[in-house]
Amino acid sequence: MDFPTFLIQLLNSVQYGLLLFMLAAGLTLIFGIIGVVNLAHGSFYMLGAYLAYSLSSLLGSLAVAIACGAVLSVIFGLALEWLLFRHFYERDHLDQVLLTFGLIYIFEEMRSILWGDDVHSVPIPDVLAASIPLTDTLSYPVYRLVISGVCVALAIGLYLLISKTRLGMKIRAGAFNRDMTEALGVNIKLIHAIVFALGVALASVAGMIAAPVSSVYPNMGSQVLIMCFVVVVIGGIGSVRGALIAALLVGLVDTFGKVLLPHISGMLVYMLMAAVLLWKPQGLFKQ
Amino acid sequence: MSAPKANLEVLPRSVQVALTLGLGALLAFPFAGSDFYTQMVTRMMIMAIFAMSLDLLQGVTGLVSLGHAAYFGLAGYALAFLTPAGAAVSLWWTLPAAVAASGLAALIIGFFVVRTQGIYFIMVTMAFAQMVFYLFFDNKVLGGSDGLYINFKPDASIFGWVPFDLDSKATMYYVTLALMLLVYVFLRRLLWSPFGRALAGIRVNEHRMRAMGFGTFGYKLSAFTLAGALAGLAGYLWGCQTGYMNPELMGFYMSADALMMVILGGMGNFAGAIVGAFAFEVLLNVFKDLPQVGGINLGKHWQLWIGLFIVLVVTFAPRGLLGLVQRLRPRKESAGE
Repeated sequence: MDFPTFLIQLLNSVQYGLLLFMLAAGLTLIFGIIGVVNLAHGSFYMLGAYLAYSLSSLLGSLAVAIACGAVLSVIFGLALEWLLFRHFYERDHLDQVLLTFGLIYIFEEMRSILWGDDVHSVPIPDVLAASIPLTDTLSYPVYRLVISGVCVALAIGLYLLISKTRLGMKIRAGAFNRDMTEALGVNIKLIHAIVFALGVALASVAGMIAAPVSSVYPNMGSQVLIMCFVVVVIGGIGSVRGALIAALLVGLVDTFGKVLLPHISGMLVYMLMAAVLLWKPQGLFKQ
Repeated sequence: MSAPKANLEVLPRSVQVALTLGLGALLAFPFAGSDFYTQMVTRMMIMAIFAMSLDLLQGVTGLVSLGHAAYFGLAGYALAFLTPAGAAVSLWWTLPAAVAASGLAALIIGFFVVRTQGIYFIMVTMAFAQMVFYLFFDNKVLGGSDGLYINFKPDASIFGWVPFDLDSKATMYYVTLALMLLVYVFLRRLLWSPFGRALAGIRVNEHRMRAMGFGTFGYKLSAFTLAGALAGLAGYLWGCQTGYMNPELMGFYMSADALMMVILGGMGNFAGAIVGAFAFEVLLNVFKDLPQVGGINLGKHWQLWIGLFIVLVVTFAPRGLLGLVQRLRPRKESAGE
């Protein structure tokens, strides 16, 4: 593998890893802070992709579509939390698994009713459609770099929100000791609603920015959900830092596996997970 | 709030009577129903075996697997590989071989997944099942996304003597019924054995079991392997009946459907798994047959109804149908006093 090819694969794996991180961060935040297992997390990713498809053709601009889509996702997340999820916070994990599995069925079918079963593509905005030439024959699309950039920006924003702001302090306190935090006058119900909506929005935005490169198709959520689980298992549940490292690791193994070991590439990520489980059954960064 | 872990070990008299009546109905069914319905009920009984195998993990041991379909599918695929393109193979060695293949896969995967607990276990079982799914989905040699056909049903002859012929729909039905009963009796006995008691102990408090000197890892791994092998039995029967295996049968939805069946019927007593499997399959058929109302084809969107149904059940009846009966009974009795 010569250097430009290596560089392209490296950039691709980082981009894929960062995208996975956005999803896994939402999943692990919702679990770590609220204690809810959410199998429907992949559906939010799918929802984002379909929103990007509809809104960008409606509004004529992907950036505006993403902004509107993000707001819609937050509203959707808040509504879902208020209607269903808040009744399941104290319930057994099995109930949560079933609830969210039922939701997958509902979301998939709603998607089929609203958008049909065809595969759609979302055009890359003209400004970002360029490529950076690496050699005479190889070049790297700018849009993929933009995806990575947006993910990094959101990750930093998330980090600052949780570790530096007053809201983040309350979120951390609530995850540490719910009753004590509530006794100190923090509206824990509101905090949970915010965290849930934040998780939904992260997944949905990931779907929106990925839509132009991954295209938009039925069942796109379940595939990404499994990868999220792998990331969360490797990183350690509830750990955002673990999710970041595991996501990048999974991105590297998956992308380079496809180039170097194409026959078993589909299994490599799971072998990585198995190896981590043997070594550390709680994941690399169990909190 | 505690988990919905209704382990109704001695079934209430009313449930016992209902189950006996149900068995009578199943025995008589092929005489009354058409071929179509005989096949449909055969399918339900296969799913009941599958659901019971999951119940051993979920209801008895407290291990909620979301990847159980992998072992179901593996045995069916094993049958497909063992059956030559132009002839039937003997049932007597392919059945043990296929079940052993599923058991072995469960043993290997179990070695990794049993080390984890709770929600981790759910995610890891699901991830490993997905690995198996993609292994078959991505490889043309293994049938790929199109799946594999099993053109000839296994042959049950012993040195020329043919005790039964699986090509007959009624025979397939009764063989499945017999195996379902066998698995039920076996698992009920297992529930009362020292091994079954240890598994139940692990569900209630694994730390205490370990403190008492039980090697809980070994117990859980054994349960996982046995459950995988029994799921394989169901998968083998599925392959026999439908003559077709595809990767979807090992997928996420298949695993989750089994989970739903166990919950729906009530966990930990195996009768619930059977009832749940029948109820779930009947519901699926009802939803798929919904009529056209005002230009909207309700049946086409059956996934929406099944989703809504699951959400409603888990919200309002987390202990399942048998649990619902159990919960209503004392109230009725106290009202009568």
